Amino acid sequence: MAQKKFVVGCFDEEKVLFPAVKQVRAAGYKIKDVYTPFAVHGLDHALGMRETSLHTAGFIYGITGTTTAISAISWIFTKDWPLNIGGKPHFALPAWVPIIFELTVLFAAVGMVMTFCYLCQLAPGVKKHHFHKRATDDLFVMVIECTDKTNTDDLKALLSSNGAIETDVQVAEEGWWFGTYDKEDNLYNEKQLA
Amino acid sequence: MHTKYESQLREPLVYGEKNFHQVTEDILRPIEVKPSRLWYIGFFIAVTLLLFGVYSLYREVTYGIGQWNLNKTIGWGWDITNFVWWVGIGHAGTLISAVLLLFRQGWRTGVNRAAEAMTIFAVMCAGQFPIFHMGRVWLAFFILPYPNSRGPLWVNFNSPLLWDVFAISTYFTVSLLFWYSGLLPDLATVRDRAFTKLRKKLYGIAAFGWTGSTKHWQRHESLSLVLAGLSTPLVLSVHTIVSFDFATSVIPGWHTTIFPPYFVAGAIFSGFAMVQSLLIVVRKVFGLTDYITIGHIDLMNKVIVLTGSIVGIAYLTELFMGWYSQNKYEGYTFWYSRAYLFSPYGWSYWGMMACNVLSPQIFWSRKMRRNVFVTFFMSIIVNIGMWFERFVIIVTSLYRDYLPSSWSVYYSPSIWEIGFYMGTFGLFFTCFFLFAKYFPVIAVAEIKYVLKRSGESYKPEFEKLEAQPLDKFIHDNTHAH
Repeated sequence: MAQKKFVVGCFDEEKVLFPAVKQVRAAGYKIKDVYTPFAVHGLDHALGMRETSLHTAGFIYGITGTTTAISAISWIFTKDWPLNIGGKPHFALPAWVPIIFELTVLFAAVGMVMTFCYLCQLAPGVKKHHFHKRATDDLFVMVIECTDKTNTDDLKALLSSNGAIETDVQVAEEGWWFGTYDKEDNLYNEKQLA
Repeated sequence: MHTKYESQLREPLVYGEKNFHQVTEDILRPIEVKPSRLWYIGFFIAVTLLLFGVYSLYREVTYGIGQWNLNKTIGWGWDITNFVWWVGIGHAGTLISAVLLLFRQGWRTGVNRAAEAMTIFAVMCAGQFPIFHMGRVWLAFFILPYPNSRGPLWVNFNSPLLWDVFAISTYFTVSLLFWYSGLLPDLATVRDRAFTKLRKKLYGIAAFGWTGSTKHWQRHESLSLVLAGLSTPLVLSVHTIVSFDFATSVIPGWHTTIFPPYFVAGAIFSGFAMVQSLLIVVRKVFGLTDYITIGHIDLMNKVIVLTGSIVGIAYLTELFMGWYSQNKYEGYTFWYSRAYLFSPYGWSYWGMMACNVLSPQIFWSRKMRRNVFVTFFMSIIVNIGMWFERFVIIVTSLYRDYLPSSWSVYYSPSIWEIGFYMGTFGLFFTCFFLFAKYFPVIAVAEIKYVLKRSGESYKPEFEKLEAQPLDKFIHDNTHAH
């Protein structure tokens, strides 16, 4: 798959990160992503991302569940095998409310989680390039994709002047792959990181 | 963007001088070192109990339900009591993670991960009881509606017992998804700190390739919020439906409309008690007292005294209705079988009253709420009381039915009935010990999110904010856009 060149800048403070994002974007660079150890609220807006529509998908899965429950139960109890339960109506909607509700929730939840995993390309065994080990620990890692015109030294200087504590240039696989991490992907060693 | 402001009057959620890295270190330390001897002893006891439970079940499956001391009159004894008890305990996790998320309660971050895990294990234990109570457990799949070669004969969608099947299985699935999707970022942290190849491989598989991308976090937040929104009515519906198992019958003592809210309050009550029992031990053993603070224990005790009092009001309302309805069967059940101390099962009713209604009132005192020993002791008492509650509801309503000739002799469980219950304790604690050893017991990413706002060492920064004149404060801290 496609190998690309990236400039990486690491920040250790949210307060520094936000102005830096603004400056880098103002300078005309395209930020590929910022990897953060936790959900930094407002960062998606700062990066100019659009809102996710995952919740809309959830709603659609939910009403699919509702419809499935209503149609399945009513078909079973009125057409396929109408049971006489104490002479009560075959179409007993109030008694089906609990199951209709449960299936709504079940479909919405399962569907949303699967959609989430699909959109983010997450699955057991999937591997992706890690720009910095501490991105899941305590660093905010800004990654900028290089084009033919990008001067990496300028960009690194820009990142440093905006408070990046560490910058470097990496050539990396953009997508995901199965199997093992790169050979260079060393195991955790506190001395090496500090 | 500045850090979100939180008043200094609020207790810090994280004590001590911490930075992000320190949080990772503190919380992941227990799963990166060899377990202590205490862990091995506890795990051994849990597995032993589990094996005893498996043997008890082997007896039950081989020789039939007759291995239990149930009879025609008391057809639901210990096992359904235990089922409802475990399901009730399984309510706190989702309540903490979902309802408190919707109410924006920051303190949930310290306790939610362990509480959710506890929920999942408790529901697993609960599920065993109705499944094995069917007798021919190898035919348990008959409860699922699927086109079969027997007609097809379908399940009865009008029956509360089937609603229960849907409710419990949905609840288990959704809780599991909620828990695991929340775990992904933390598992990625463990993976990136792996110091052996095997750890890197296994946690790599478990973390699904999480990188911490902003877009992924955005979707993750949306997912958590919607799952919380779905789980909130779900958690209320589950115990409501469990209560329907009783309330839709025509048995005096069960046939009451108060059951759904009363059961849900009881479930939260017992669930929080179980969370307290577990976390008080976990925070001490793993040295996490900075994250699961006395403040957390205090707040959970407030929930316990609230829900305990709701349950108390429900008991009194039932007694009142037993008299006010002037129905002699209701009156007999409530005022003789239950409330009369010297009736055959009167002791269980008063045991329940003492444990659930009277003793939690101690938590009106702040000093008691913040006392770890009192809290631990009370959490055990509450769970004993809640077990009694289910026993009272089931057995005292059944043992003297409409036909005096079939009134039951004194019911006491057989060793295999007790063994089954012990076995679920084994299952629960085996799972919990493994969870505590291999998974982060506190949501690392969520703690980091609240750290700079609610951490003890960051709070003094807000001092100068609070010293500002009100107009300036409003100007600086309200949304400009």
